[in-house]
Amino acid sequence: MLALDVEKRLGDFSLQASFDTAGGVTALFGPSGAGKTTLASMIAGLIAPDRGHIVLDETALFDSQRGINVPAHRRRIGYVFQEGRLFPHLSVAANLDYGRRMSGLALDAAERKRITELLDIGHLLARRPGKLSGGERQRVAVGRALLMRPRLLLLDEPLASLDTARKREILPYLQKLRDEAGVPMIYVSHHAGELRRIARSVVRLDAGRVTAIGGLELLDEADVDAIA
Amino acid sequence: MLSLSPDEWIAVRLSLKIALVATAVALPFGLALAWLLARKQFWGKTLLDGLLHLPLVLPPVVTGYLLLISFGRRGPIGAFLADHFGIVFSFRWTGAALACGVMGFPLLVRPIRLAIEAIDRRLEDAAATLGADRLWVFLTVTLPLAMPGLIAGLVLCFAKALGEFGATITFVSNIPGETQTISAAIYTFVQIPGGDAAAGRLVLVAIAISLIALIAAEWLARRAGTRFHGE
Repeated sequence: MLALDVEKRLGDFSLQASFDTAGGVTALFGPSGAGKTTLASMIAGLIAPDRGHIVLDETALFDSQRGINVPAHRRRIGYVFQEGRLFPHLSVAANLDYGRRMSGLALDAAERKRITELLDIGHLLARRPGKLSGGERQRVAVGRALLMRPRLLLLDEPLASLDTARKREILPYLQKLRDEAGVPMIYVSHHAGELRRIARSVVRLDAGRVTAIGGLELLDEADVDAIA
Repeated sequence: MLSLSPDEWIAVRLSLKIALVATAVALPFGLALAWLLARKQFWGKTLLDGLLHLPLVLPPVVTGYLLLISFGRRGPIGAFLADHFGIVFSFRWTGAALACGVMGFPLLVRPIRLAIEAIDRRLEDAAATLGADRLWVFLTVTLPLAMPGLIAGLVLCFAKALGEFGATITFVSNIPGETQTISAAIYTFVQIPGGDAAAGRLVLVAIAISLIALIAAEWLARRAGTRFHGE
């Protein structure tokens, strides 16, 4: 699946991370400021590491030694951002269709139907993002990333901007996604409870370093109070 | 009541033609420059920004004179364009359009630049992760989101071009049917005995055109705005 070994310096902060993921959902877990989003941005191609390599399914996305840096728009990595980042000038339908059109994929009506039903967003298609609730916005953002048929789905704190009720509303959709969509995922969060319900394996990141790699037991050991 | 003489009509049509051509030709350059100033850091950026605003602060006559010595028949740029491309500016309506375009340019660039600076760049990152290369990001995200600023810039540039007087008359003179715009025609009528009626008619036309442009711009900007928030 994904194999990476990267280094990046940003001002006083330095990030050094190395891990491999299998399929399924991998949690990227750690407190705020640990470098989780920086790492996700490097996987997506929005930030270039200073050194190292990122390989997805045997294809090098980044390799400083070989001078490879595949631009973000050719990586086919779906990215669900914390704030959704839906295009405000496009309808929900056009937002959902954006990745497919930009990636030059043929229209697959069955796939679109399957995903809009999975996320229960069929009734929102004609609306503008400005008219959506926070939970609806995140579901559309997940649908938009899925419909470009990504090789990997990055979910970067997808629930962080939602209140507890909205989180409860969305988690079942994400679990269904994990079980039915068949796309490997990296789920970035500082919230152990959330990750316990969705992830299979865990990479723990602290202050720019990988401090543990393992299963869900890493979440139990975590000092939840310290990272709440 | 408001019946214009053929000569006055010619001045009105010429003014519209000059202002439209000036605005249309300035648009691609203005858009490119606005994007450059909003997004890129480069050597000489402050100087470029200053040069861009010069027509706004210089006396228009000075701008007209500078155009005359550079784009006139014997000016270095004017001679080059005339010899190699057959493009002549001096004492032609094209020269009037050039003068109007130069005078309106800072007013075109500024609102577009501000609009581009105000765009959430994270939306552009999102577009990139969805497979859009830089050109498509610009066309499908940056440009539509900057549309209200673009419309404001176009209207300001058009209005400036329509009313431009000093630079135009200095550069290409005041030739009826060729370079005599509404402003120049009003000026001429005011100078001659009995020209008040004609000047008054043209003044009304100028007010009408400006009002229509403003209302159209307001309507377009509102439409572009509601597209972000409405259903």
